[in-house]
Amino acid sequence: MTQSDSVDLRKPVTAPVGDGADLVEHVSRGRATLRRFRANKSAVVGCVLLLLIIIVTAAAPLIAPYGPAQVDISDRLSGPTPEHWLGTDTLGRDTLSRLMHGGRVSLAAAGLAVLIATVIGLPLGLIGGYFGGLVDWLLDRAADVLMSFPAIVLTIAIIAAVGPGLTTAMVSLGIVYAPRMYRVVRGSTLEVRREVYIEASTSIGTPHHMILRRRVLPNILPAALVQLSFLLASALLAEVTISLLGLGALPPTASWGSMLGQAFQEMRSQPSLAVYPGIAIAVATLCFNLVGDGLRDAFGRETRKA
Amino acid sequence: MTVTSAKKDGDTLLQIEDLHVDFLTDRGWTNVVAGVSFDVGPGEIVGLVGESGSGKSVTSLSVLRLLPDAYARTPSGRVLYQGRDLIGMPARALRDIRGNEISMIFQEPMTSLNPAFTIGDQIAEVYRRHKGGSRRAAFARAAEMLDLVGIPDAGSRVKDYPHEFSGGMRQRAMIAMALACEPKLLIADEPATALDVTVQAQIVALLSRLRDETGCGILFITHDLGLVVELADRVVVMYAGEVVETAAALDLYNAPKHPYTAGLLSAMPHLGVRGKELPTIPGRTPEPWRMPEGCRFSPRCGYTSDECVAAPPALRIVEAGRSARCCRTEQLRLVGSP
Amino acid sequence: MLRLLCVRLLAMIPLLVIVSFLIYSLIALVPGGPEVALAGSNPTPERIQAIREELGLDEPFLIQYWNWLTDVLHGDLGNSFVDDQSVWSAVASGFPVTLSLVVLTLIFAAVAGLALGLAAGLRPGSWVDRLSTVTASAFMALPYFWVGMMLVLIFAIQMRALPAVGYVSFSESPLDWFSHLLLPAVSLATVPTAVVARQTRAAVTSVMQEDYIRTAKAKGLHPRRVAVKHVMKNAAVPVVTAFGVEANRLIGATVVIEQLFALPGVGKLAYFSVFSRDFPMVQGILLITAVLIMLVNLAVDLSYGYFNPKVKAS
Repeated sequence: MTQSDSVDLRKPVTAPVGDGADLVEHVSRGRATLRRFRANKSAVVGCVLLLLIIIVTAAAPLIAPYGPAQVDISDRLSGPTPEHWLGTDTLGRDTLSRLMHGGRVSLAAAGLAVLIATVIGLPLGLIGGYFGGLVDWLLDRAADVLMSFPAIVLTIAIIAAVGPGLTTAMVSLGIVYAPRMYRVVRGSTLEVRREVYIEASTSIGTPHHMILRRRVLPNILPAALVQLSFLLASALLAEVTISLLGLGALPPTASWGSMLGQAFQEMRSQPSLAVYPGIAIAVATLCFNLVGDGLRDAFGRETRKA
Repeated sequence: MTVTSAKKDGDTLLQIEDLHVDFLTDRGWTNVVAGVSFDVGPGEIVGLVGESGSGKSVTSLSVLRLLPDAYARTPSGRVLYQGRDLIGMPARALRDIRGNEISMIFQEPMTSLNPAFTIGDQIAEVYRRHKGGSRRAAFARAAEMLDLVGIPDAGSRVKDYPHEFSGGMRQRAMIAMALACEPKLLIADEPATALDVTVQAQIVALLSRLRDETGCGILFITHDLGLVVELADRVVVMYAGEVVETAAALDLYNAPKHPYTAGLLSAMPHLGVRGKELPTIPGRTPEPWRMPEGCRFSPRCGYTSDECVAAPPALRIVEAGRSARCCRTEQLRLVGSP
Repeated sequence: MLRLLCVRLLAMIPLLVIVSFLIYSLIALVPGGPEVALAGSNPTPERIQAIREELGLDEPFLIQYWNWLTDVLHGDLGNSFVDDQSVWSAVASGFPVTLSLVVLTLIFAAVAGLALGLAAGLRPGSWVDRLSTVTASAFMALPYFWVGMMLVLIFAIQMRALPAVGYVSFSESPLDWFSHLLLPAVSLATVPTAVVARQTRAAVTSVMQEDYIRTAKAKGLHPRRVAVKHVMKNAAVPVVTAFGVEANRLIGATVVIEQLFALPGVGKLAYFSVFSRDFPMVQGILLITAVLIMLVNLAVDLSYGYFNPKVKAS
C-alpha cells in the first residue's frame, strides 16, 4: 500500500503539461491563499457583507414589502413609519423596497458590464501576452486608443450614438472596460510565459491552446480575479452615474442611480431620499474594494515567492 | 568604569560609558549591546572589531542615535562627546552635532547616497545646514572636498548623480560629505567591506591621510582585524554585545590577551603562507536571547574551565593601557599573528 | 529634453489619427443614421434628404471622415446641430470653468492626499497611519456625486453658507469664484485624495527603509526636511502616476458634477450635446479630451526623468 502510494506520487512529476501534479500544486496553493484571505479580517467582513447584499437584492421580489413601482398617493414623502421603515418618495413608493429592487438592477448591470469586459479582455490578453509580436502590438495600440478617453465620457458618447437604455449602457461600458482587463491579463501572461516556454519545449507537441488553458490560465487567474473585483466597484459607480444622468435605467425602473437622480430633484423637500441609495452604493463599493484588496494580498505573497 | 585609556579626562573626544542597547524582536525587547565602554581621543583612530552580530555596528549607530526608535532603545549608559551626553540630549541639539562635529559613513556606498540628487547637492546640503553661506559657496566647498578625497576632475563631477559614480568613488564622495564641515570625529561603519580589495586599501589609506591632514578622530568599525592593525592606533574587540579586549593596535597584534582575539588573529589570511587551511573559530556568535552562562565566549573557547562558566568575567586591566575580559588570561600563553 | 519632447509629440500623431477615426465612426453606430436622429419626429423623406445633403452624408464614409479631419486640422471642428454655434467657441467658453474645477480638485487632492500619505508613511502602525488608512478606504468607496449632494444639503440648503449652483469667473471676483467651486471641487477630490494617500503611504514607507535616509539624518537635517526633500522626490514616481490616472478620471467626473452644481463647463456641454444628439459637438469634445489626456500622460512620463535621474540617462 505504502509502496504503491509513493509510486503514484512520483508519477505526475514527469508527466506532460497540465497533469495531476499541477492540480495538486494548485489545490495546495489555493488552500494557502484561502487561509491568508480568511486571516484578513476586513476582507472577510467585506466578503460576508457583499454576499448579504447580493442575497437580499437578488431575493427582492420575494422579500421586499412592496413592489418597486407600487404607488400610494395617499402616503407620499412620509418619514420612517412602521409600514415604511425608510419612508416613501414623491409618488408614495416604499424606499426600502425600491432600494432592494434597485440594488438588483444596479448590481446586475455592473455584473453584465464586467462580464463583457472579461469575455473580451481575458482571451485577448492571453493571446497578446503569450504570442507577442504583431498581434500583441496591435492589441496594445487598440487598448491605448480606448484608454485615451475617460471611461464615463466614452460610454456616454456611445450612448449618444446608439440611444439611452441600461443594457446598451452596460454593453458600451463593458467594451470601454475591456482594455483594463486586457492589460492585467497580458501583464501576468508575460510573466508566466518564460517559465511555460521552457516546459513547452520539453514536452514537444503540446498544442498552444492546451498550454494556454492548462498552464497559463490557472496562473493568471489570481490577477484577473483581483482586477475583476475592482472593476465591479468601478462598474457599479458607472451604472449609478449613467442612470443618475438619465441615460441608463429609465423610470419607472428603480436602480440606485435613478433613485439618486430623483432624490436630487426632491433634495429640498425630502433630503433623506438621497441618503439611503448613497449609503447602499458606498457600502457595496467598499465591499468590492475590501475583497479586491484581500485577494490581492492573499495572492500577492504567493506570486512574490514564485 | 574600569576601562579608559591612559589619557586624562579632558583629553577624550568621545567617551562611551556602560552603553546598553535593546532591540524589539519577535521575543520582545532583547539586549544586544551589554555595557560597552571605551573612548576615542582627539585625532586618534580607534578600531572597533567583531564578527557580525557582535553589536559593533549597533554601538556605532547609537552614538548619533541613528537606530529607529520603533525597534531600538538605550535603557542605560552614556555617550559623552566633549563631556556632553548625546543619549539624553534634546533632538535639536543633537542635530547640530550630527554631520557637523561628528560625521558618519556607512557600509553600503551604493545605497547610502540619495539617487535623486547630484553628489554636489548632497555635499553642499550638509555644509549649508551647519555653516550657512550661499549655494555657490557650498558647491565650491563640495568640489574642494571631492578633490581632497581624490576624485579627478572634481569641479565637473559635482554635477553627477550617484549612479554615474563607481562604488569606490561613491565611498570617497561619502567621505567628502562627512568631512565637509571639518568634524572632530568620523565614525566609519565598515566603510570598505562592500568594496573590492584594491579599493578597500585605497579607502583605508585615504582615511589615514585625512586624519593626518585634518586631525579628526576616527572610530573605524570593521570585522577585518587586518585592516584595523594597519590603520588604527588602538583596537576595541567586541564579542556578543560586550567588549572583550582593548589594547594598542600593535600590542594586540603581537600578544592578544583574550582567546577570542587570538582566534581572530589566527584566522587572518597571510601573504606567503600558502597551502595551509586557515584555522577558524568553531561555532558561531550566540543569539542575543540565548546567551551562555558565565563567559559568553566559553562555548567556543579552547581554554574553558569551570571558573569560566561559574560567573561572567569582568573586563579588567591586565597590563598598563590594556584590558581583557578573561579570567584565565594570565594562565594562558596566547600567541599573536605569525 | 526638448528633443525628447518633440519625439514624444510626434509619436502621438498616429494614435491621434486612430482616435479621431474612432470618434468619427461613432456616427455610424446611430440607428438609421444621424439624419434620422436630427430630423425630429415624423420627418418627411424630403426633409431627411435635405439634411443628408447639407451634412454631406451621401459621400462614402471614408471621404466624410477625410473631409471632417481636414476641417479639424484647419482648426474647424464644425458647427452645432442644435444652434449652429461653432464647436470650437462653445468648448472655449466652457473650458475655463472645467479647468478651474479640475485644477482646484487636484490641488485639494494633492494637499490632503500627500499630507495623509506622508503622515501615515513616516510612522507606519501609528494611530495617524490607521486613521489615514480608514479615511482613504472610506473616500475610495463614497460616490463623489453623492458626496456632492450631501455637501449641498449641509452647506447650501441647511447652513446657507455656500452657493449650491452657478459659477463666477475668477476675473470677476476671486472670492465668489472660489466659493462656487468649493463644494464641487471637494466632492470631486475625495477619490483622488484616497488614491494619492495610498500611493504616497506605500512609496514613503519603502523609501524610509533606504540607507540614504539614514545618511540624511546623519547629516543633521531636520526630520521635516528629510521627509520633504529626500523622501518625497524618491517617492514621487508612483504618486505622479496616480495623479495622471486621476486627472483622466476627473475629466469624466466633471460631466456629472457640473450637472449637479449647474456649472457652465465643458462637462455640462458634453451632457447637453449627448442628450440633444448634437454629434459635431460630441465629436469635438471627445477629440479635445483625448488630446488633453495624451498631454497629461506625456507630462507624467517626462516628469519621471526629473524624479529619477537614472531614467533620464537610459
